[in-house]
Amino acid sequence: MLTLQVNGAAHQVDVPDDMPLLWVLRDVLGLPGTKFGCGIGECGACTVHVDGKAVRACSLPASLVGDRPVTTIEGLAEDEVATEVTKAWLDIDVVQCGYCQPGQIMAAIALLKSNLHPSDDEIDQAMSGNICRCGTYRRIRAAIRNVAGAV
Amino acid sequence: MSRPSIMRLGRRAAGMAVLAGMVLTCVAARAQDADLARRGAYLEQAADCEVCHTKPGGIPFAGGRAFDLPGIGTIYAPNITPDRETGIGRYTDAQFDAAVRRGVAPGWRHLYPVMPYASYARMTEGDVRAIRAYLMTLRPVHAPAPANQVRFPYNIRFAMIGWNLLYRPSGPLADDPGRSAAWNRGRYLVDAAGHCGECHSPRNMLQALSVTKSYAGAPIDGWLAYNISSDVDSGIGAWSDPQLAAYLSTGHADGRGTAVGPMAEVVSHSLRYLTPEDIAAMVTYLRSLPARRSEETVGVVSPETLAQAGPNHSNGGRLFAGACAGCHLTDGHGRQVDFAALWGARSLGEIDGRNLVRTMVEGVTLQSAHGAMIMPAFGPEYRNQDLADIANYAIGHFGNRVGHVTAEDVAAARAGVPPS
Amino acid sequence: MPVGTIAISRRRALLGAGGLLMAAMVPQGSLRATTRIVEDQTGPFAPNAFVRIAPDGSITLILPNVEMGQGIYTGEAMLIAEELDVGLDQIQIEAAPPDDAYITKALGTEATGGSTSTIATWTSLREAGAVARTLLVRAAANRWMVDPASCQTEAGMVRHGPTGRTLTYGELAVEAAALPVPTSPVALRDPSTFRLIGHAQHRLDGPAKVAGTATFGIDIRQPDMKFGTVAACPVMGGVLLHVDDSAARKIPGVREVLTIGNAVCVVGDHFWAARKGLEALEITWDEGVNSTVSTETVYRGLHEALQGPAIVAHTKGDAKGAIAGAATRVEAVYQQPLLAHAPMEPINCTVHVTAERCDIWVGTQVPMRARDAAAEVTGLPKDKVFLHNQYIGGGFGRRLEHEYVTQAVQFARQVAYPLKIVWSREEDLALDRYRPAYVDHLVGGLDAHGKLVGLSHRIVGPAVVARWAPEALLPNGVDDDLLAATVETPYAIPAMFLDYARREAPGVVTAWWRGVGGTRGVFVIESFIDELAASAKVDPVEFRRRMTGDHPRARAVLDLAAEKAEWGSKLPEGVGRGVALQYVFGSYLATVMEVELSQMGTVRVRRAVVAVDCGRVVNPDQVVSQIEGGLIFGLSAALFNEVTLEKGRVQEKNFNTYRVLRMNESPAIEVHLIDSTEDPGGIGETGTAAAAAAAANAMAAATGRRYRRLPLTGVQA
Ligand code: FES
Ligand code: FES
Repeated sequence: MLTLQVNGAAHQVDVPDDMPLLWVLRDVLGLPGTKFGCGIGECGACTVHVDGKAVRACSLPASLVGDRPVTTIEGLAEDEVATEVTKAWLDIDVVQCGYCQPGQIMAAIALLKSNLHPSDDEIDQAMSGNICRCGTYRRIRAAIRNVAGAV
Repeated sequence: MSRPSIMRLGRRAAGMAVLAGMVLTCVAARAQDADLARRGAYLEQAADCEVCHTKPGGIPFAGGRAFDLPGIGTIYAPNITPDRETGIGRYTDAQFDAAVRRGVAPGWRHLYPVMPYASYARMTEGDVRAIRAYLMTLRPVHAPAPANQVRFPYNIRFAMIGWNLLYRPSGPLADDPGRSAAWNRGRYLVDAAGHCGECHSPRNMLQALSVTKSYAGAPIDGWLAYNISSDVDSGIGAWSDPQLAAYLSTGHADGRGTAVGPMAEVVSHSLRYLTPEDIAAMVTYLRSLPARRSEETVGVVSPETLAQAGPNHSNGGRLFAGACAGCHLTDGHGRQVDFAALWGARSLGEIDGRNLVRTMVEGVTLQSAHGAMIMPAFGPEYRNQDLADIANYAIGHFGNRVGHVTAEDVAAARAGVPPS
Repeated sequence: MPVGTIAISRRRALLGAGGLLMAAMVPQGSLRATTRIVEDQTGPFAPNAFVRIAPDGSITLILPNVEMGQGIYTGEAMLIAEELDVGLDQIQIEAAPPDDAYITKALGTEATGGSTSTIATWTSLREAGAVARTLLVRAAANRWMVDPASCQTEAGMVRHGPTGRTLTYGELAVEAAALPVPTSPVALRDPSTFRLIGHAQHRLDGPAKVAGTATFGIDIRQPDMKFGTVAACPVMGGVLLHVDDSAARKIPGVREVLTIGNAVCVVGDHFWAARKGLEALEITWDEGVNSTVSTETVYRGLHEALQGPAIVAHTKGDAKGAIAGAATRVEAVYQQPLLAHAPMEPINCTVHVTAERCDIWVGTQVPMRARDAAAEVTGLPKDKVFLHNQYIGGGFGRRLEHEYVTQAVQFARQVAYPLKIVWSREEDLALDRYRPAYVDHLVGGLDAHGKLVGLSHRIVGPAVVARWAPEALLPNGVDDDLLAATVETPYAIPAMFLDYARREAPGVVTAWWRGVGGTRGVFVIESFIDELAASAKVDPVEFRRRMTGDHPRARAVLDLAAEKAEWGSKLPEGVGRGVALQYVFGSYLATVMEVELSQMGTVRVRRAVVAVDCGRVVNPDQVVSQIEGGLIFGLSAALFNEVTLEKGRVQEKNFNTYRVLRMNESPAIEVHLIDSTEDPGGIGETGTAAAAAAAANAMAAATGRRYRRLPLTGVQA
């Protein structure tokens, strides 16, 4: 039995030790906002925050999370940076199919929280691990810059 | 399909069979057998028979794994399941012991020292018997090993008699009364059962382990087994005890990177099952190994320094940002699991990037208590030059050295040819 | 899409203008896929299959095409809302269920693909809105007893001009529903008065997608649902001989191991259990005849067909004669690989089969086909199969196939609970249906002035249409799609001879892929035009310009792109600039790309400038967005991608071996739209079609050698 702190609430889950956090979130806790894209850490679709840092839930065994707080795309309501980021995303219509976007947004929020005015290089470092098959990269970069400009 | 997980299952099932045997029959002799087998299961893990006696993707212990010995030929590991025709089913204890500790299989077939019997010779007879007892509890698998392809003069098995006279120790290690029990246990695990020197000590011209450079590191199978002597610059002299223990028991230590390649296999199938006491004993013994200098030294660059490093617009830097930083982060701290933290890893301090390139080409699977930690391999859509660029970038960035990796090195690693 | 309880009094036929028959009748029950119908005489106003207005004022638009990123929900809603005169903030949108009313004529079934959506619905959806508005105005005029002509509409209300009285559409719904649908054409708005069309609108699906609340097929949850994942025979055509599931069944959380003819499904309490179970299976396949197929087999077959018989697909003038008499003869063979779709959302499908009905939750580009397949597998009548179409996390043509739905139903009918099947990424790549490999041979003749006098072209490759819509194969056996970009070009070509040698790829199923014939054709034609220009020693833009005689729209985009990209200006060492001009999907595009090559052979696309004339634009910013995304998608393939086969198995496993462009590898992209009043063209696939040719030409400019094989970073002949 594991206890996970997800989006501010404690959840008891009975799952195998090696079960990645991604599947606990999606299939056990019913939080489907975090997406499955590759399962091997290549695409970033599964990005969530653990202790404020962007991590890939598909490659993080739930048993290694411990009592560190987990935040998913569903748990951003009160968050100021997150509000700015979603606004910036909507402002310039970043999304296409939208499947990669929860991961992109979680990666962008983590970046902006640690560095409110990232350079293009820093954006690349933080975001290039997130694949978008629809090719929304230009707009993602622009949206991040807009957030930086707005605050 | 990940084999290791299946292997583990097989092993657990076998363990259960042992227990079941105990419950059903209360005959004392049977219980003793089961005890022996259970002890053997642990010793088998310590001696790591499974890795060599399982071909990639094959049934555990059924043999078939090929060993390419440069200049000598290809030797295949035999089946050591209890199959009576192709395995060890007909071996007596004495015959099994002769094979493991003296390198002589029934019918006076001399084994090649790729089977580390020169190390195993220093195990006790009782331990070897226990391993056999354990192996006999496995499901018999009919699997003849392919015929070895060995060049003259090595194909004359009797030649091994001379080799054995020269290099095979005559018997088990006697405890050194001047040393602690932990040290003696550690020596037994490192030198005998664990046969660490088989990879980590260089060999002489006749394929025997060098005594003068023991544990100073050696190339093996295209990988570099690192110097694990207590030299501060090129060995493990600068590692802390907790780092050493963590690396041995989990395959990762912060500031020292994560085991890859054959070492990942050793951790996955052997070391991680050892008790904390045994790991501590190994640490004690390793600490006492004489310092031997070798070429590869590692200057550890801290994540703090790495975080300050400016952006890199080289091809390697860009590819790293896209394909690597997602998990490893540019400061090497690792994003999701400790295993992804790679700062301080030796492979990043070695300018020829041998292990680094092999790792990129083959990927890593490291079994842990939390499941398999996996790094995917780079596929052919990354050109040889791309991987060389990534390697040189990483060596420069994390190792603070100038990498010398070329596209040819990558091509060779991809072809499975050990670099010359 | 929520299942709501609404009341529909009756459904009716609507004859639109211009002979367009819309929604002849929504058959009983079919709308139930998304709505439960309560027969009720005071129900909502639903004059056709696309508009529904309830007495409570809620306005629902039912959109015939599925949203997979292309922004079609927003575009189609704009078309209806423009004529219905409601704001986009006043409506709800719903995915159309499988139904004849939503058939895309160009595709012969209810389907989203081929960049046809806007072209197909440009008139019909506006008419649907206009008919509804006409009836609402009449209802209001009746109530007020005034002349309908004295009433106007605005933002979901009818207003009586002289008195200023207003009624909302909701208030009028019941009365409007009682009025007969007009049988003569209703007038459509003059484009100069458009409030929505042509003005950038935010995407309607944006907020949910940004909040992570948009439901994709993979996100479906049903009570008592279990999770399955699948291993199918890795060799096409192989069958299951035996599966030892004893180890799998011991894994905690594994519930069941199901089999069908060529696949095994492990069912568990969650995907992870299912996946671990799958790994623990020992499966024996009978791999069948394809187990020896390799990539070489595929290419050998194609290259062999460059000689020998072929079907003549198109002739104009005496091309062979012209070439024979030409001053210069230019010849080239191009090769393109098999490609996977690899959308971000792996294949998945959720199915619940009971004795009475079958429910399917899935993202599909072909809902009707998927429904029919399920009916066949279950033996249920079609109207007992309810398909709930979901957002698609990237289609790119993959979901024009429905074999994964068939498979899911075959498994799900063996169990009582709803079963969600999710393929791993590895399975998704191994069992994709691939964009075919092609080989093209072109010969051109230039006269003494460097003018193209004749072009002969042979295409070798599979006919995807022969499998996907056999009735659409041309009578002479030519796949029409292959002629895209090759017959209708932006150029005046005096003489042309085109023939086609059909060679089906062994060992794989081939399928549509973003850009379809246009993507393969533009690469070949535009590469060859560049080779001709080089041979004629004429600047590539100028060479094309001279050939665009009777295509002013083509010339306009070419000039615009060249100007914006500063064509002709000096570039640093190692950087080349290339151009591609195209007319596909009814739209004109000119693309100028800058590519940088390092000494080590590293390729990086620095910049892309695109000029577009796609006729009348519905949602301009989304046109830009589609070009940006289409280019990136096309560049991933052009630079890196090739599906390879060994022993009949696809070798690419995941994004580490099927590499896609990442943010820091993406070029700066500028898109310039030409104001146009022509009928709308398609846009979703045009950027993809442009990518390889522009990049190859830029690389050629940088290095002075031709790149005739894709991917561009692979081995060149
Ligand atoms: S699903 Fe986790 S990185 Fe792709
Ligand atoms: S928006 Fe579709 S994958 Fe990114």
